[in-house]
Amino acid sequence: MKQHTSIFFWLLLAPFALWLILLVIIPHIDMLGIALREQTAPREYAFSFKNFIEFFTEPLYWRTFMRTAVMSILATALTLLIAFPVSYYIAKMLRGRSKSFLFLLCLIPFWVSELVRTYGWMILLRETGVISNALQWAGLVSGPVELLYNDAAIMVGLVYTSMLFMVVPLVTVLESLDDDIIEASYDLGGNMWTTMRQIVIPHAMPGIVSGCIIVFMMTLGNYLTPNLLGGKDSLWFTEQIYTQFITRFNWELGSAFGILLLLLSSLIVWLGLKLSRQTLTSTMT
Amino acid sequence: MTKNVTAKDSNTSTIIDLETRNVNKHYGDFTAVDNVSLQIEKGSFFSILGPSGCGKTTLLRMIAGFDEPDSGDILIQSNSMLGVPANKRPANMVFQHLALFPMMSVADNVAYGLKQRKVNPAEISKRVKNALESVDLGDSGKKKISQLSGGQKQRIAIARCLVLEPKLLLLDEPLGALDLKLREHMKVELKQMQSRVGTTFIYITHDQSEALVMSNKVAVMNNGAFEQVGTPSDLYYHPETSFVAGFVGDANRWKAKVTQVDHVRCTTQVANGPALRGKITGTKPIAVGDDVDVFVRPEAIKIIQGEDKPQESDNSLQCRVVDLLFNGANSAALLEDIATGKELHVALPQTGEYIGLQKGESLTIAWSQDQTHCFSARSKSTSK
Amino acid sequence: MKSLKFKKILLTLPLISATLFAGTSSYADELRLLTWGGYAPDDVIKLFKEETGIDVKVTKSNNEDMISKLRATGGSGFDLAQPSQDRVTGAQENHDIYKPMDLSKIEAGSFITSMLDATKANTTLKDNVYSVPHIWGTSGLVLNTKTAGMVKDYTDLCSKDLMGKVSYRLKRPTLIGFAFAMGLDPFAAYADKEKYTELMSKVEAKLVECKPVVKTYWTGGDALLNLLRSGEVTAAMAWDTGGWKLNKENKDITFVAPKSGALGWIDTFTIPRKGKNDEAAYKWINFVMKPEIAAKITAAAGNFTASKGADAFADDVLKAQFQSSFPQAALDNVKWYPPVPAGLEEIEGKVLDRVKAAK
Repeated sequence: MKQHTSIFFWLLLAPFALWLILLVIIPHIDMLGIALREQTAPREYAFSFKNFIEFFTEPLYWRTFMRTAVMSILATALTLLIAFPVSYYIAKMLRGRSKSFLFLLCLIPFWVSELVRTYGWMILLRETGVISNALQWAGLVSGPVELLYNDAAIMVGLVYTSMLFMVVPLVTVLESLDDDIIEASYDLGGNMWTTMRQIVIPHAMPGIVSGCIIVFMMTLGNYLTPNLLGGKDSLWFTEQIYTQFITRFNWELGSAFGILLLLLSSLIVWLGLKLSRQTLTSTMT
Repeated sequence: MTKNVTAKDSNTSTIIDLETRNVNKHYGDFTAVDNVSLQIEKGSFFSILGPSGCGKTTLLRMIAGFDEPDSGDILIQSNSMLGVPANKRPANMVFQHLALFPMMSVADNVAYGLKQRKVNPAEISKRVKNALESVDLGDSGKKKISQLSGGQKQRIAIARCLVLEPKLLLLDEPLGALDLKLREHMKVELKQMQSRVGTTFIYITHDQSEALVMSNKVAVMNNGAFEQVGTPSDLYYHPETSFVAGFVGDANRWKAKVTQVDHVRCTTQVANGPALRGKITGTKPIAVGDDVDVFVRPEAIKIIQGEDKPQESDNSLQCRVVDLLFNGANSAALLEDIATGKELHVALPQTGEYIGLQKGESLTIAWSQDQTHCFSARSKSTSK
Repeated sequence: MKSLKFKKILLTLPLISATLFAGTSSYADELRLLTWGGYAPDDVIKLFKEETGIDVKVTKSNNEDMISKLRATGGSGFDLAQPSQDRVTGAQENHDIYKPMDLSKIEAGSFITSMLDATKANTTLKDNVYSVPHIWGTSGLVLNTKTAGMVKDYTDLCSKDLMGKVSYRLKRPTLIGFAFAMGLDPFAAYADKEKYTELMSKVEAKLVECKPVVKTYWTGGDALLNLLRSGEVTAAMAWDTGGWKLNKENKDITFVAPKSGALGWIDTFTIPRKGKNDEAAYKWINFVMKPEIAAKITAAAGNFTASKGADAFADDVLKAQFQSSFPQAALDNVKWYPPVPAGLEEIEGKVLDRVKAAK
């Protein structure tokens, strides 16, 4: 009998294990291998830490790296700030049809690809775009305004792209909070602020953290949005990796960057979990 | 029964803790609370009893401050509460599902309201300790809410409110989630707690036994309006409407037409059934030809055995025993009127005389006219 | 997190199946062509199929992408590629992704001889010839002559008068173009890395200085055309065809050869090392070099081919545009890219990175 269970167990595990080994572990080992070598002559490579040293000695790479991390954290925080009231409204204020309607509204942008969504923002923000024209028509500005190609545009794009991934866990976790508990807080003398801080947010913490992890990872790894909306100053680390791999043919440095990005995101997520006193398991359930 | 007298004009020394004046609340076309006026004296245990959807929860939520009335006024100790948010009212609520804060310890739950009032920490810990001890949970302060049993949670929910020394404690069917045994125990405990602390309790429930056992006064609510307000025994023995007669306590009920009116008594005819004589009860007059509801309580019916004959003035029926429902002191017989097939409940006092009763046995039952209540079948709300 | 993983699985499944099928889908009657947009128009593919029975499967790409794709697979997955002539030997030396061309299978007579010889010379590595020419063109200035008529050379794109109206790419043609416009000769410095580095640092300083004027560094051709069309950009560094295309819509916009010389490129035919259908590849080369077919491609791509006699079939408007953009002196002044020695791209890459990062 025990024999049977274990065979069954392994059969169930096999697809997952295959996936893990073939598509996650092996490519990463391979990438680490590439990152730890240096081209000495055409088609000749030797073991070296050159690529990692290069990263730490070239301020440009460092700066891009830090900038990406800081902007991603900022984008995550902004997404949370915007998504929280929205989620609270959907989860707690609305009922029935209007609730599903609003939820659907958050979902609709995701029926088109990220590229189309980003182009949508370009149409809105560009100098001859909708917002610029509307402002001129309203007489608020005298000439065309360029809203595209700056960090604010990147932020807008990133927050927009991430919204749903923050709203879904937040709505789920907020829906699990009984209205009674919120009312009880008011009843016992709490105001909106203390109710949020002491009741709603502690309850929503697992959802907040899981939403933040997803959004942070997505933002850190985003390529299209910073590139298309950011213009001439848009420095994003994934773009660096892309450039190293595709336009510089420098797989070695690209791989090293990839490994470093993986370490950075893991480190920041770990720090975030520590600071919010959550565990990875608590945020997944 | 609405006495439009406020505490201020009252000559007596009793303080009115809560007064509502012509309170109305509508949701679209639906009238949830219909012109409700009431006064509750300080220190009383007041229950609002009614079926679900009768508007009792809406009324309680308006008192607590979660909903505002469309018209009318709510006063707590003579101060109007209109426009006063829930967190500023001297009333606290024990929720149906208790709504304890699972993210906090037991002590923090109790301390929550005091912290909102910016009471100094030393004072808070002293009062929390006292509050926990008063509900026999002195050593549970550090526990998580999930570590408490149902009854302990109940006590914490009450302690959390009482520590704030509110003028009113509102209880929204808090015993509903408990199992039967614990519920019986908590009824007694709640009543004792109320008389010990002296705070005015307003308790809403659909369970008549909870209302009757615990309260000084009970308001029976139906379709958004009060049918009758009185002491538990008033409601039981002197129901003023057919709804109260049917809702409070058990009763056998017929629909009939009045054939004869004689001062305070009338004779009625049940369609295709017996003629029943009874007392004209309730606030509405009755005339010949009116539809009436006729009620008689199970314990008012006697089973005639052996050579006994019913008295001439009594109502009597020939019945067959359908079933015997043994439940100790509350045992009953389920009978069937042989002529019409209508089922009747009859109480069986466990004094031994009815031990020989058999299923299928035919017998005669009888009850006095004074125990027969005839109500006009027009409902109170439509008679306005 | 769980749902994220699930999504990853969903995303990777088609990828796996795609890679599995990619290996098996090479039939004898199929040519897998890795090329640029417009180089294999549908009508030409249809004619080719009618004549030879061979299907052509087109993958659109660019220089860097071609090399990356072929490098990733070790030169398999495609039967014919079309990198620019200057990018063939460097990539071959470093990554070994091409196979030598069997010139006996090429109908040399259909090529413009000077161009064929030049390409052969530029793509020779260790006595093996890797490429033959197909399409050539230039990059230079696309200007709105009304508002940016004063721009004569790349360095004029730094003029403060054009603040926020300028766009160019952050790629090697920009570095080379600016170097020439600054009076330097980058091609002469190709062989000497040190000298080249020094030269590039000057270009870097210039580009950093010019940065405030730039609206955005463009990345996609279509995006640039939109910027010019809407008037958001009035002066850009771009390909000749883009300028001519806009010229058809708006007479004010056209391609101008810069004073220091337009940069000339030639895209080639080159066979990937693990190509499985060389026969079809040679057939395609000989087919598209026929003058009347070459003219069709010129019409689609907007650029002229190395096909001898195709001019006779070419569109008159395009010919007129070409002549107006390239008077004889400008044509003589075109700087043709020599092969890029290995290692230069790294120097250039860092320059481009620093320009991008500069504030």
